[in-house]
Parts: sequence; structure tokens; C-alpha cells
Amino acid sequence: MSDSPRTRLLKPTGDVGIVGYGAYIPQYRLPAKEVARVWTGGGGGLPIKEKAVAGQDEDVITMSIEAARNALARARIDPTEIRAVWVGSESHPYAVKPTSTIVAEAIGATPHTQAADWEFACKAGTEALQAAIGFVGSGMAHYALAIGMDIAQGRPGDALEYTAAAGGAAYLLGPAEEGLAVFEGSYSYSTDTPDFWRRAEEKYPEHGERFTGEPAYFKHILEAAEAIMAELGSTPADYRHVVFHQPNSKFPQRVGKQLGFKPEQIQTGLLVPVIGNVYAGSALVGLTAVLDVAQPGDRILLVSYGSGAGSDAFSLRVNERLTERQGLANKTQEYISRRVEIDYATYARFRGKLTLK
Amino acid sequence: MQSTPPAEVYVAGVGLTPVGEHWNVSLRELALEAIQAARSDAGGLRPQALFAANMLAPALSGQTHLGVLLADFAGLRGIEASSFEAAGASGGVALRQAYLAVRSGLIDVALVIGVEKVTDRVGPAVEAALSMAGDADHEAVQGLTPAAQAGLLMRRYLHESGAPEDALAGFAVNAHANGLTCEHAFLRSGITVEDYRQAPRQDDPLNLFDVAPLADGAAALLLTRREALPGGDRPAVRVAGSSVATAATALHDQADMLGLGAAAESARRALRQTGAEPGQISLFELHDAFAIFAPLALEAAGLAERGQGWRLAAGGQVGLRGQHPICTFGGSKARGEVGGATGVYQAAEVVLQLQGRAGRNQVPGTRLAMAQCLGGAGATAATHIFVAE
Repeated sequence: MSDSPRTRLLKPTGDVGIVGYGAYIPQYRLPAKEVARVWTGGGGGLPIKEKAVAGQDEDVITMSIEAARNALARARIDPTEIRAVWVGSESHPYAVKPTSTIVAEAIGATPHTQAADWEFACKAGTEALQAAIGFVGSGMAHYALAIGMDIAQGRPGDALEYTAAAGGAAYLLGPAEEGLAVFEGSYSYSTDTPDFWRRAEEKYPEHGERFTGEPAYFKHILEAAEAIMAELGSTPADYRHVVFHQPNSKFPQRVGKQLGFKPEQIQTGLLVPVIGNVYAGSALVGLTAVLDVAQPGDRILLVSYGSGAGSDAFSLRVNERLTERQGLANKTQEYISRRVEIDYATYARFRGKLTLK
Repeated sequence: MQSTPPAEVYVAGVGLTPVGEHWNVSLRELALEAIQAARSDAGGLRPQALFAANMLAPALSGQTHLGVLLADFAGLRGIEASSFEAAGASGGVALRQAYLAVRSGLIDVALVIGVEKVTDRVGPAVEAALSMAGDADHEAVQGLTPAAQAGLLMRRYLHESGAPEDALAGFAVNAHANGLTCEHAFLRSGITVEDYRQAPRQDDPLNLFDVAPLADGAAALLLTRREALPGGDRPAVRVAGSSVATAATALHDQADMLGLGAAAESARRALRQTGAEPGQISLFELHDAFAIFAPLALEAAGLAERGQGWRLAAGGQVGLRGQHPICTFGGSKARGEVGGATGVYQAAEVVLQLQGRAGRNQVPGTRLAMAQCLGGAGATAATHIFVAE
């Protein structure tokens, strides 16, 4: 190996694991057919069944706190030992003022902690996760908290309005010997690809229509997944579960098939049909659903996608410590079944779609 | 008074790029690909003048002055070069100008290049750019987009002819069937009449399959005199008829909207110049940017009675082996709508048919073929008739 080029794999000096994880999905659901009823007279195909909608008193901060508390409940650690609280989102409530300091304060992690917000479209959460692996793996921190959470915006009537949803997950990382699941390695793939964007001070994002498919989502996920498996010498058959960023029902299933995964490997982490695309939380909340049921020895591949564009890929191996922690907080499927259906008018009121002045 | 007879004009070579979403190719690169293909097809002939056809580059690429840009990029710096814009008829209008140049005897070899690059911008910007082809003060300002115009025409057509709601299904089915086997087509999937019936409404009464997909593409051809044609045993293709006619810009200013007056007039003139009757045309590349323009063009060209054009598609007569083949490589519906490049694509496709180079899309026994492109809702019509010798 001495004459080979330096590995593309991201691998810290010390091994890192997930010591606690937690999901949060708000209870309101807007069926896609309700969006179609208002905007297309009920015509056209529906990209998902329904999406999760945040209530009037919820935002990325409150939702992040919910998920972080679930992660802490499973980790059973003293929050004052956390040295980083990082929140990745496209919908931080403030343009200037961190989400992360409020979350850190609320969970009792202040004041001896790093706190920062991350931004990279739908992979802001896994970006925070990559950084947390480095923070812990270098020995700078014993524990670091990485959160991906969003209340996604979609212009009323736009194709994105069917799927733009609310939810996400929090991951508390620590040394591998305390981990419920240990990172075998990770990888990041980034290019300048303008497929989806929202300029500062604009309310809704814009997207490049079909450009968001092949040269954006598919290219980046395929490259990242293939690179991490090549570096680790693993194949799709080695993984019990695989989780992809899931902007709609079709994309993750198609990219999984292209890579050689079977539907049963994708199914457990595929939540988009029933919660929508929760953007920076999308792949991460898929992973919590997998961890809720995973068994010792299972290997899991996680590949996010963020517009602009890039993918983070993580290979994980679950150990016996996970089993006893799964029931210590609300499971992802419990959040999914806690369901209150709303109509478009209520959704418009909840999400401030009606501008009164 | 000079008495030299006008030069007969021949097609020396054609080239075209696949129509599609060429996100990684620029306007000029796309054009270059077609120019190189056409010049290679013409045995390396060097043009003395370049006629560029394009509709949307000023609005979507921020680029005017396309003639010189493309000439320079194609290694033809210094030659005469200019661009022609007549909305969706740009390609036919540029071809007409190149034809006049060669026919006049002043230009020996003329290059026509049609290019359109639309996928760098998204929906609303493209729709706004397309709407610039209407009457800005009286149509576009009201939100009357090309799709809205086509919807009005289709509703009126169904009303006046008493045709059923799915009367136009046969046009989409035919276009998709031909696109399936066409190497340069954008949409290569077959559809059934049932697919058409089930398709979502886009702009009532237009459904998904009544609207051609706009995509990127470039096509080129070289015109010259008979003596400059490259050797080889393929049939020589002569431009036998060439005509551009116009009507009122705004749809509401046209006395007979369904008559497609400019199309009828340009077809009449081109046929007269050719010395042919409509029935002698072996195939007709018409401009189906919206399905409704297919029956209207068939009727305007004298191939069907008023209000009866839809029956040709419903009866399967527009297929490759039918009595009146149209859209033989998929037309705008399946090959892809390429805006101002449409007329050049059509001409290149007609030449491939006449020379027996159409592969699985070959219409047997073609000798006389017609191509017609439309600008706006038929305000400009450019018709060319080609004959294999």
C-alpha cells in the first residue's frame, strides 16, 4: 500500500461511534393529493403519499431540541461533556444568530462547548456529522452532537410543495468503545453543480427542473457510494441496510437499484413516502429508523445528497450495545404513526403561506 | 440586363446533433458539432457565407450577433455571417436566405446553421422568452403564451370540426412511434391512444402529449450549385421550391385563425415553383410544436379538407408507410422542439429521407418532400420542397 496514492476515505486517528441517536417528526400530515387538489385540480402524479408539517409553535430549534433530547436519552451521558453542538439546516430561524447555541443551552451542554450552524442544502446535517467524526476522532472532544433538521420551504404550487417537509435527527458521537454503531469510514464528494438554490433574503428556493436528476442527485450519490465501497472493499451485499437522501419516493429506489441494492435493503430507511423530504434531516432520519430495528453485526451504508452539490457517505457497523438503547426514547416509527391530518388551508395557516401585510 | 439563368441550388451535406438536455455543452459548441458534421458530410466544402437561425439566444443566453460568433468558433473567421430570427420559423427563413444567396450566383457555398440552447434556464424564464414571439403589446402582456394560443386554436378546431376530444391522439402516437427508432430524437418511447387519453391536462384542452418538449439541438446544411457537389453515388437533392409567407403577428388579428394563411400561402408558392401538386409530396415535415398545428398544416397544404386533417392521423395515414407521412423522425413532439433550429432539422431530415439514409425511419420511395416551419401561431411560415435527382 505504500506506493498507492493517499486514500480518499475520511478516517480519523481514533475510531468513532454513535453513542446516542434521536429522531423528531412533527405530528401534522399534509397528503400530496391535497396539494394536487388545490393546484392541479387533482391531476398529475404524486411524488409521495403525504408529508410531515410542523405546527405553529415549532421551528428548527424546537425540533432539534426534541431530537437531541432523544439522542441524550439513548446515550445516557452528562451533557456538560459535549464539546460541540452543530446543527445543519436550510431553515435556521435566524439569518444571524446561531440555532446551535439555543439548542446547546436547552439540553444543558453550555457553556464549555463549540456551537455552530451548518449550511449545505440537504446535506448540512451529514456535513455536521462528518465534522463531528473528526472532532471526536482527533481527540479534541469526547462527545460531539450533530443534528440535521429542517422545515423545508417550497413555493406554493411548485413541484417541491408536495414533498418539502419537517423533521430530522440528532447524533451524539463519541469514542468507538462507547458506540452503539461504529463508523468504518466516510467519504465526501463535492462539485459546483447549480441544481437547486435559494438566494439570501428570498423566501422560496428555485430548482433546475430535470437537471436535479441525472447530473445532480444521481451522479453525486453514485460517485460517493461507489467510492466509499471501493475504499473499504465492501459491496452492496455486505450491507443489511442502505439509506439515501430521499427527495421523493422514486429517486432513492432508483439509485439503490443502480448501485445493486435490493428493495429490502432500502425499505427500512425509506421514509419519504410518509413524511416527505425533510431536507437536511432526510438521510439522517432514515438512519434513525434503521437504527431502531438494526441488530448487532449489521452493516449500514448512509449516503446523503445536498444541492450545489455534494454527497457524504458513511459506512457503519452496529454492535450489541445498540439493542438495549433502542427503546430508551421515541422510535422513528412512533413519530410517524403519531399522525394528525390537515387540509391545505390549515397548512397555509401553520406555515405562514398567507401574507397578511 | 444580365441574362444568366438563376443557379439551381443543391444540398451538399447535412449534420445534426441529438436533441436533448445538453447541460454540459454551450450554444457555440452545440452549433460547432452540427457544422462539422455537415461539412464532413459535404466532403469538406468551405462555405463563403454562414446563415445562423436562432430564436432564444438573446433572451436565454444573453447572446446576439450569433452569425459571427458561430463562424469564428467554427474556424471560418472572416466569412460573411449573419443571424436570422423569425421565432419558430427562424430555421426556414435562414434556409430561404441561403437559398437566395446561392441561387443569385453571388455565393457558391452557403452554410445554414440552426441552433437552440434552452436548458440553461428554467421554466418561467423559458416560457417568457417563448412568449416574445407573439405580439408583445397585445398578447404577451395579457399572459397569452404559445401554449395558451395553441389551446385556443385546439378548442376552436374541435368546436368547428366536431372532432372528438381525443381527435389529435394519432399525431402524438405517430410522432412517438417514429421517435422510438430515431437516433437523434429526444423522446424515444412509444405511446398508445390510451396513454394520450389518460394524460394530465396542461393547458385546457391541451394535454401532456399535445405539447412538444423544448430541448437543445443544432442542425446544419450546406447549399451549393450542382457542379460543386461532392462525389459519391448518393442521389443529389435539389431545393425545388422555397417560400416564406407571413400573416398578422397577433392571433386575434388573423381573419381565419384555423386557416393558417401564411402556411397555406407559402406551401402554395413552393409547390408552384416546384411544379407539383400537394398529392405528389412523398412526405411532409410539418411543425408540430403543439399537436394542433399538425392538422392545421395538413389542411393548409391541401393534403386534407378543412376540419378533416385529424382523420389522417386517426386513420394511420401519417405513418412512415401511410399515404401522407409526417414527422418521420418524431417531429417536434418526439425528436424534440428546437425552436429556431426546427426548420434546419426538418430540412436535414428530409435530405436523409430523399437520399435513403433514414435507417429504420426510411419512408420508401421518396422523391419529393416538403418541410415547413412556423413562427408564432402561424404568423410566419417557411416552406421548402426538396427533390431527389
